[in-house]
Amino acid sequence: MEFKDYYGIMGVKRDATRDEIKRAYRKLARKYHPDVSREADAEVRFKEVGEAYEVLKDPEKRAAYDRLGANWRAGQEFRPPPDWDRGFEFHGGGFTGVDAGQFSDFFESLFGRGGIGGGFTHQPRRDFHARGEDTYARVLIDLEDAYHGATRMLTLKQTALSPDGRPQTKERTLNVRIPKGVRQGQHIRLAGQGGAAIGKGGAGDLYLEVEFRPHRFYRVEGRDVFLDLPVAPWEAALGATIKVPTPSGSVDLKIPANSAGGRKLRLHGRGIPAREPGDLYVVLQIALPAAATEAARAAYSAFEKALKFNPRASLGV
Amino acid sequence: MKNKERLSLLSGEVMEEEVELTLAELCQACRMPAEQVFDLVDEGVVEPVGRDPSSWRFRGISVRRVRCVQRLERDLGVNVAGAALALELLEELERLRNRLHRLEG
Repeated sequence: MEFKDYYGIMGVKRDATRDEIKRAYRKLARKYHPDVSREADAEVRFKEVGEAYEVLKDPEKRAAYDRLGANWRAGQEFRPPPDWDRGFEFHGGGFTGVDAGQFSDFFESLFGRGGIGGGFTHQPRRDFHARGEDTYARVLIDLEDAYHGATRMLTLKQTALSPDGRPQTKERTLNVRIPKGVRQGQHIRLAGQGGAAIGKGGAGDLYLEVEFRPHRFYRVEGRDVFLDLPVAPWEAALGATIKVPTPSGSVDLKIPANSAGGRKLRLHGRGIPAREPGDLYVVLQIALPAAATEAARAAYSAFEKALKFNPRASLGV
Repeated sequence: MKNKERLSLLSGEVMEEEVELTLAELCQACRMPAEQVFDLVDEGVVEPVGRDPSSWRFRGISVRRVRCVQRLERDLGVNVAGAALALELLEELERLRNRLHRLEG
């Protein structure tokens, strides 16, 4: 197993005081708390910091850890010396409400195992019949799935107890119906698909947080969907009926004459379906053809002569 | 693909749309005594509809908010009011991020 540099993880010196360690912990816990942080590895970092704090805040564990010496480097192959914990007595149940089942092998080899369980929820166990943990996962779907509904195969890692009582990570695959009309950030609850029961308690529920895969040209806000639609200058100026893609199929859209760039046209009820469906907003983006040929340059010159147009009139220049 | 045929299709409910909970159901879902739910109602973390606790109905999203506050309290050592403030700021941040994403494309 790999050596863990708890001082390095906490960013404190080896002679840091308890208060310094506590302050470092509070700061890092806020930074990496999975509810707060958007960093991809936040949960891993949060657990790592929790483990480091579990050791460094406890004078017994810290003294034992310090006795390993200062010459170890993070990640170095580690095996505890045979007599390393002689002279130390760890008080049973020394985990202050923390779920030690998620701690590293390195921690376990030094301090033994505490509780069991999964996720970053540290639920103390009070008896041997408990409802399993509710578990959370994200499901990535396409915007089109929200319009039509879909099924998704999900592979989830779960911590469960093996018959001999050790926590182990199992993978399992679920086939889940994505209901039509679901929106970004909503949660689908799958009853009884969460953590396994302890004793005779029922299994927990699995909550799937819905996340839309970024779309090449649609953007979503709540039930409404936005599309930037490139139009030619003459389409915007003269008006036109043009074909527009929507997640539920393309439609013909009438562009009113004299439309300025940035004009928003609403396609009522073409957003994400629901009892009150969202709208699809088409935002006009005027695209200029390149003046790449003699004919194009002549056309632009004719434009200039005919229109006497000062786009900066409102700036007073 | 053999796997796919063997797996039965699971259907769930969308918490934010279809689910309403009584006080007892919320307590069970969050494994929390009613007294603590009262505190969260006082802080405005969850806002039940109904006159008195026996007829209260909570929106499904309440489970998520309560659990977030529970984790913040336990993991960061903040009190209920602090966790409620953090929750609101986090939700505001989320809204702004989505908006920024929409505007920036």
